[in-house]
Amino acid sequence: MQAFINGVGLISPQHTSNFHDFISETVTSENNLLKCIEPSYSEYLNPIMSRRMGRIVKMGMVAALQSLNDANIKIPDAIITGTALGCLGDTEKFLTALITDNELYLTPIPFIQSIQNTVSAQIALHLKCTNHNFTHSHKGFSFESAALDALMLLDDGEANDVLIGGLDEMTNNNFLLFNRINRWKKEFVFNTDLLKAKTEGTIAGEGAAFFVFSNDEIENSYAIVKGLRILYKPENDSIVFGKIQELLNENNLTYNEIDLVIYGINGDIRFDQIHFTLKESLFPNSTSAYFKHLCGEYQTSSGVAMWLAAMILKNQLIPNSIILENKNHKSITNILIYNNYELENQTVILMSKI
Amino acid sequence: MSKKIYVTGLGMISAIGINIEETLQSVTQLKSGIGKLNYIESRHKERVSVGEVKFSNIDLKNIASLSYPIRFTRTALLGIIAAKEAIRSANITDINSFKTGIISATSVGGMAVAENHYLDSLNIEKKGDFLNYINTLDCSDSTERIADSLGIKEFLSTISTACSSSANAIMLGARLIKHGILERVVVGGTDSLSRFTINGFLTLKILDETQCRPFDATRNGLNLGEGAGFIVLESEKAVKGKMILAQLTGYANSNDAYHQTSSSPNGEGAFIAMKKSLEMSGLRISSIDYINAHGTGTKLNDLSEGIAIERLFGNAIPPISSTKSFTGHTLAAAGGIEAVLSILAIQNNFIYPNLFFENAMPELHFKPETQLVNTKEINHVLSNSFGFGGNTSSLIFSRN
Repeated sequence: MQAFINGVGLISPQHTSNFHDFISETVTSENNLLKCIEPSYSEYLNPIMSRRMGRIVKMGMVAALQSLNDANIKIPDAIITGTALGCLGDTEKFLTALITDNELYLTPIPFIQSIQNTVSAQIALHLKCTNHNFTHSHKGFSFESAALDALMLLDDGEANDVLIGGLDEMTNNNFLLFNRINRWKKEFVFNTDLLKAKTEGTIAGEGAAFFVFSNDEIENSYAIVKGLRILYKPENDSIVFGKIQELLNENNLTYNEIDLVIYGINGDIRFDQIHFTLKESLFPNSTSAYFKHLCGEYQTSSGVAMWLAAMILKNQLIPNSIILENKNHKSITNILIYNNYELENQTVILMSKI
Repeated sequence: MSKKIYVTGLGMISAIGINIEETLQSVTQLKSGIGKLNYIESRHKERVSVGEVKFSNIDLKNIASLSYPIRFTRTALLGIIAAKEAIRSANITDINSFKTGIISATSVGGMAVAENHYLDSLNIEKKGDFLNYINTLDCSDSTERIADSLGIKEFLSTISTACSSSANAIMLGARLIKHGILERVVVGGTDSLSRFTINGFLTLKILDETQCRPFDATRNGLNLGEGAGFIVLESEKAVKGKMILAQLTGYANSNDAYHQTSSSPNGEGAFIAMKKSLEMSGLRISSIDYINAHGTGTKLNDLSEGIAIERLFGNAIPPISSTKSFTGHTLAAAGGIEAVLSILAIQNNFIYPNLFFENAMPELHFKPETQLVNTKEINHVLSNSFGFGGNTSSLIFSRN
């Protein structure tokens, strides 16, 4: 199972409307929270509609439409999203009103929009697309589960061009909630110094990453997604090693042929060791990179890593801002993404140059 | 890789029983589970009629035989009870003897807990046990608790496509087997009642304060329900030498692409889902012996679904009923519960009565079954699940 990535769209805390802007300037933050740079919605969405839409719905819609435009696809054969917390802003709005007004005077719109599948649904509605429509909602597996769904559809020949995305928003309330369960650092750090602190906790983030996966190569194609693996609460490192080896074997690749590994290091000393173990044990000769200092930690952050890998494979250039250790490969042919969400949900994605 | 998908285990809990045996008793006695709300505090307690599971969370924890000191939401408890029953009925003693995964569905996750402590959780001064539940709002929480209780590690995912969620979970599981990624998968969904959903549906004005009456001309909305339904799917390789309950012969997913919450007047999404699932099964329309309709009892759903059924089946409409007048609408669990009920119909050769139906809809040419029919062999059942956001899904279960 494999797919060409023929279009991309990423709304993130960085300048990601194109690779050049991303490389030229890194957005910094010092309050442990990275929020998306929101696009001009009116370019993409009917202003009357978009006034009613939640923030994550709008960001998702724009990223989706950007990726479709990029791939020059009008109606995809399937719309698949992965989102852990869905339309959190509207969920919170309805929940807060329900509690403070004691179940009176509620209005339906935040309830309707609180449902996890709102983004997939709104894209379908906008495109009048009656094709396969799925929403995967499993914490750190959400994006990978959506990607696997797309790979299976392409493999079956049931679809030729699939829109897939991973998105989650960080609301102020959710920032507070997660702070109570010690997800964020107690001290404020500069996002670009994320790895220097060596303390517990990480920094919060959000984003909406969309891709067009296709069976056909086109002029605009960025990369090939070769396969992926998920691991639920692996008991030890050797289980993780085993899954990575399985994925590489399936594609007739050795560890040394992986030119770049993008790690989901998030600066939380409770969870980061596995990345360095992989780097030392399996990939000592690969260039290593990380990305969560640029987008913050969130459940579907693998979408940002996939965007980076697609850009790097197409442009043959690794941005300085993400490099951990550079082994100066002449060309970049294979990239492995290893991500994890609090170690309970671990994922591996393999991508290659066309 | 397996071409055929076999069903080897069933488990469900709902307002009409905590297991298959109790469910069958309620069905044969024509006993609806709809009544007043008992286990959730709500200002609308007297006003709404619901299909509530008639046990407290402590009782449910005992029924699930859970002793370890982890906090469980009601959604997770319901899911664990039904999934354990499905595994028992599939006679699986070693979960790791084949590559086994779980795809569960939920819409509200742990909302029934979160809604009681939300403001306290945001207040840094307040401390308490509720902090242990912050993670349970995530849809994956119930899936992971079920997986842990069964010892499943190979593959987990959670689907959340509103009221079509567990039909989609079943479909995804079948596809993972067909691609050789799994040999066996527990699929279905779980949802508990919450003030969040009760109030949400009240604002939409689609709750019937009395009994819901699917496909009746006087229907006035749905009754919310809660519960969980899971089935075990196995590949050709895994099923060797085992008792087979049914085959999943067809499935399809579509989107109505008409409105965020209303279904289209011609039932386009429903029509496509039913048509494509029939095409996959290779069956003629005349082979379908029974349609377990989505049939929520709302004005729009039943009209749109009815029109889609008439478009597809023409004058040869098979017997139809909605079982939601027994269980209430269990949201993300509905597709799982109704998959179990559809397979029970094949096993027992019966068709469920559409309780409380009296008056035919003037717009439609068919009437649902009103009696428990067990006069003919049931070989193929079509089960529909539709949801907000236009998600429409159909499954076909067949006698092996």
